[in-house]
Amino acid sequence: MLDLKNVGKTFNPGTVNEKVALQNVSLHLEAGDFATIVGSNGAGKSTLFNAIAGSFLPDTGTIVLDGRDITLLPDFKRSKTIGRMFQDPLKGTAPNMTIEENLALAFLRASRQTSPFSRISKADRALFAERLAQLGLGLENRMKQPVGLLSGGQRQALTLLMATLVTPKLLLLDEHTAALDPATADKVLELTRQIVSENHITCLMITHNMHDALTLGNRTLMMDSGRIVLDVGGEERAHMTVDGLLDRFAQNAGHALDNDRILLSKQE
Amino acid sequence: MLTTAVVFNALELGFIYALVAMALFLSFRVLNVADMTTDGAFVLGCAMSATAAVAGHPILGLPMAMLAGAAAGFITAALQTRFGVPSILAGIITNTGLYTVNLAVMGFSSNVPMLKTTTIFTMLRDVMGEKAPYKLVLCAGVTTVVCALLILFLGTRLGLSIRATGDNPDMVRASSINTAFTITVGLCVSNSMTALSGAVLAQYQKSADINLGTGMVVIGLASLIIGESLFGRGGLWRKAVAAVIGSVIYRFIIAIALRANVPSECLKLISACIVALAIAAPTIKANYDFKRRRASAMKGGKGHA
Repeated sequence: MLDLKNVGKTFNPGTVNEKVALQNVSLHLEAGDFATIVGSNGAGKSTLFNAIAGSFLPDTGTIVLDGRDITLLPDFKRSKTIGRMFQDPLKGTAPNMTIEENLALAFLRASRQTSPFSRISKADRALFAERLAQLGLGLENRMKQPVGLLSGGQRQALTLLMATLVTPKLLLLDEHTAALDPATADKVLELTRQIVSENHITCLMITHNMHDALTLGNRTLMMDSGRIVLDVGGEERAHMTVDGLLDRFAQNAGHALDNDRILLSKQE
Repeated sequence: MLTTAVVFNALELGFIYALVAMALFLSFRVLNVADMTTDGAFVLGCAMSATAAVAGHPILGLPMAMLAGAAAGFITAALQTRFGVPSILAGIITNTGLYTVNLAVMGFSSNVPMLKTTTIFTMLRDVMGEKAPYKLVLCAGVTTVVCALLILFLGTRLGLSIRATGDNPDMVRASSINTAFTITVGLCVSNSMTALSGAVLAQYQKSADINLGTGMVVIGLASLIIGESLFGRGGLWRKAVAAVIGSVIYRFIIAIALRANVPSECLKLISACIVALAIAAPTIKANYDFKRRRASAMKGGKGHA
């Protein structure tokens, strides 16, 4: 489904601020793969997502999604088939527009044929209400309210729905529960698991929670200094402990993982 | 103090300039772009309309003005979305260039008199009769139609995309919408409304002048802010209608000021002060609250600071 070949990116080349963000990253995801990504700050996790989503043009390498080379495609065209969520719940929704209007915008990805002058139809509303009801947050009764009135967790759940309203070929989750309180984070994570498995969405999820990294999805990737240093799946992953994962990381990266948040979350 | 003639005059002008207020509602509020093309686009509308009317096509002058205004908006939008010119500078550049274009449209003369020319107003007068309030009917009619169309437009998929572009550009790109395109459409529509305002005004006052647009962006913003602060809470249609009401109120304020013998030369300064104060108000209030808290904390004598 997703094929990255030797993707490299250096920011501010030739200056004192030069930063090699991605070094020859190659990655292959099968359709329906759900991979979690862990790594210390600055390891290149978000940069990898930015490269896939098209926020910048990589210096080297190619990105192929579902057989189509998207390396040179602008970000807004890629988002037709790539759904994305950020850590900040404010990033995914338009606060001054209603829930229904936000969903209508997300739904635009599906409706290339409809006229730009068409309005939200009854059928659209019914679909939105049905999908909102699946979140179990009662948002289906508040469709005419501005999104700015919702809590962070509700907004993030809505963003998840918007990113998957039209089933994407690839879903990128960038620590999308990190800014939520633990109970809400669990709820949003459960919704994520449910939606991703029901629709067989190919998914990449950045997390700092080592437990989630091993239990969610079917593959675990670890990144360090712009490289993917570890990629475990299948049997090996099923029997792996958090300590085992950290050991393997230290072996491959040549140093121990130094992310406080990850190490703290280990003790939960 | 206010005679019927003065009231009618203020209403008529209020409705005409309401088109500018709605244009700024679209660019400044909805799209979150400070569009400095406004002054030039207004005069461009005046010039197109006056030139067309003098040539015997007063009605055609309105759509021509709107097209020209949209073209001006397109240039500003292209400068900022395709060529990376900061948005305010893009508007100023277009505005500067428009000065020459506007002179050219008026045949390189700084004004076009239309004293004996047939205008949309004289045409309606011939239909409704001398005594009827034909001017008000026309001004209010044009503004009402445009306002209704604007509200309808903002509810369409394209309109939603434009609103979201001003509200959260990140989310718009993630919804497969090209922000360069939505900004372009938004600025074309808003400048065509500004130009329409100029077009109606030129035929209303039977002349076009190269300096008519000076300060138009500030006057439009003043109207917009007055309307918002009095009626602007609530849905989208309410905000658009508030821009119209704000414009009418602004014209009444001007009419009263003129009646109270405020020299007309001072009006622009007054408008500038209204806008500066209204936009600065939240910051002034925050500073004031902070100073008061600090003062009361100092009085407490514990000296936390």
